[in-house]
Amino acid sequence: MNTTRRQVIKTTGVLGTLVSLGIITQAQAIAADARPGFATKSFADAIASLGGTPTTSADIAVNTPDIAENGAVVPVGATSKIPNTTDMWFFVEKNPYPLAASFSFPEGTDPEVKTRVKMGTSTQVTVVVKAGGELYAASKETKVTLGGCGG
Amino acid sequence: MKRKLALVAVLASSVMGLAHANDVEAGIAQYREMLQDGNPAELFEMSGEELWTTPRGPKNATMEKCDLGKGPGVVAAAFVELPRYFADTGRVQDLESRIVTCMVSLQGFDEAKILKTGYAKGEQANVRDMATYVAGASRELKINVPQDHQKEREMYEVGKRLFFMRSGPHDFACATCHAEDNKRIRLQGLPNLTGNPGDGIGFAAWPAYRVGNGQMWPMQKRLNDCYRQQRFPEPKFASDATIALGVYMGVNAKDAKSIAPAIKR
Amino acid sequence: MGKPMRIRAKAANGETTVRALMAHIMEGGQRKDSSGNRIPAHHITDVTASHNGKTVLTAQWGSAVSQNPFLAFTFKGGAAGEKLAISWKDNKGDSRTDEVTIS
Repeated sequence: MNTTRRQVIKTTGVLGTLVSLGIITQAQAIAADARPGFATKSFADAIASLGGTPTTSADIAVNTPDIAENGAVVPVGATSKIPNTTDMWFFVEKNPYPLAASFSFPEGTDPEVKTRVKMGTSTQVTVVVKAGGELYAASKETKVTLGGCGG
Repeated sequence: MKRKLALVAVLASSVMGLAHANDVEAGIAQYREMLQDGNPAELFEMSGEELWTTPRGPKNATMEKCDLGKGPGVVAAAFVELPRYFADTGRVQDLESRIVTCMVSLQGFDEAKILKTGYAKGEQANVRDMATYVAGASRELKINVPQDHQKEREMYEVGKRLFFMRSGPHDFACATCHAEDNKRIRLQGLPNLTGNPGDGIGFAAWPAYRVGNGQMWPMQKRLNDCYRQQRFPEPKFASDATIALGVYMGVNAKDAKSIAPAIKR
Repeated sequence: MGKPMRIRAKAANGETTVRALMAHIMEGGQRKDSSGNRIPAHHITDVTASHNGKTVLTAQWGSAVSQNPFLAFTFKGGAAGEKLAISWKDNKGDSRTDEVTIS
């Protein structure tokens, strides 16, 4: 490992101290998300990290646009009509790290959420939910394009 | 017979091409509509309101006595009447240049320093936030840039000439992209700014939050970037040239509904 | 301490709809700076929403959530005048909590 002084200075805070002390590498400091699923690069492995194989379900509505003018901000949302839905995960299949976000719904909260994710390229957004302890999934493709120079 | 078939084929493919183009346009319209639900411009608006009401600068004063054209302290509906002539400075000013005037006269900031600071840096970031806040206070109102004063009319004419002036290494003018209906660059529609392009389009859509780079762009930055795209030299912040262009576009957009601060790609 | 959030919570028909905008760079960790070095990931990792002290949503976010994140959800109950709070934590140890009154 060749950590130049410039690289060390650019990593700030606690991680920077750890790098300068040689305890972790620059690469480790950058890929610091150690949560299962979030640091997984393969879509299949990321799904597998949920601990089961989801069944495709028509009772999950995936609300994403058909086309995203800019992949930096793609509105994604999902609603689960499956009873006892407790958790929901959003995967962007061709992203470097496919698992984008997970949500947990306590009793009394609708299993429905909206947020926005970055999409590196046109691909499927896959929503997995856990309901009654079982996993279900639905997908929808969003095409990502970059607009022209204006606007 | 062959010729007729060929003609039918050409027409069919152009109709299909049109249909596909319409799908793309509809898709983009859907995307833009979904973006309206939560506009990060509101974060800049909040920051701007905070800055407006906080005592700052060498004189430790707020901006609450700032006259944006409707009297000292009146923020509501001021945005849609800018740029306009101001007797105290003897010049036509746009929103950002007027905010700077108030920062100097009320708060004691150094004007030259603010003008030289780059976009989103130092006090220019604060000008941006306050511009976003002031624009938000005119949401949905109709653009009504005045032409009562001689200087306002002069600036319109200057703006018009600048709009059509071809220059720079590509021999571009604003008009190269923005003087005809139904023009586009790739998927980006180019509004015709020689007339009123409609509610929430063109002049009526800035300041805007650009999702592509997460930046809040007031009109000065928008014009700066237009000039950058044309490979012109960089205009000075809040220069008369940029204000004149604002007068030209704003007067042309009379009665268009302002959607500022908007959200865009 | 992070920058203020913009939160709107509206009660109607026995449920409360929450829409929030958080000010955060959400740096993905893929980009390189002008010297060619990776810009480290800097993003919100955890979000919690609570109504009158009771948790109504928890979330874990990766770096793919967009800059200045938007979040919308709905829970049963809540009435005008009651409190709705949202907290976030990021991977550099920064955090922010904002509370609003349900309208």
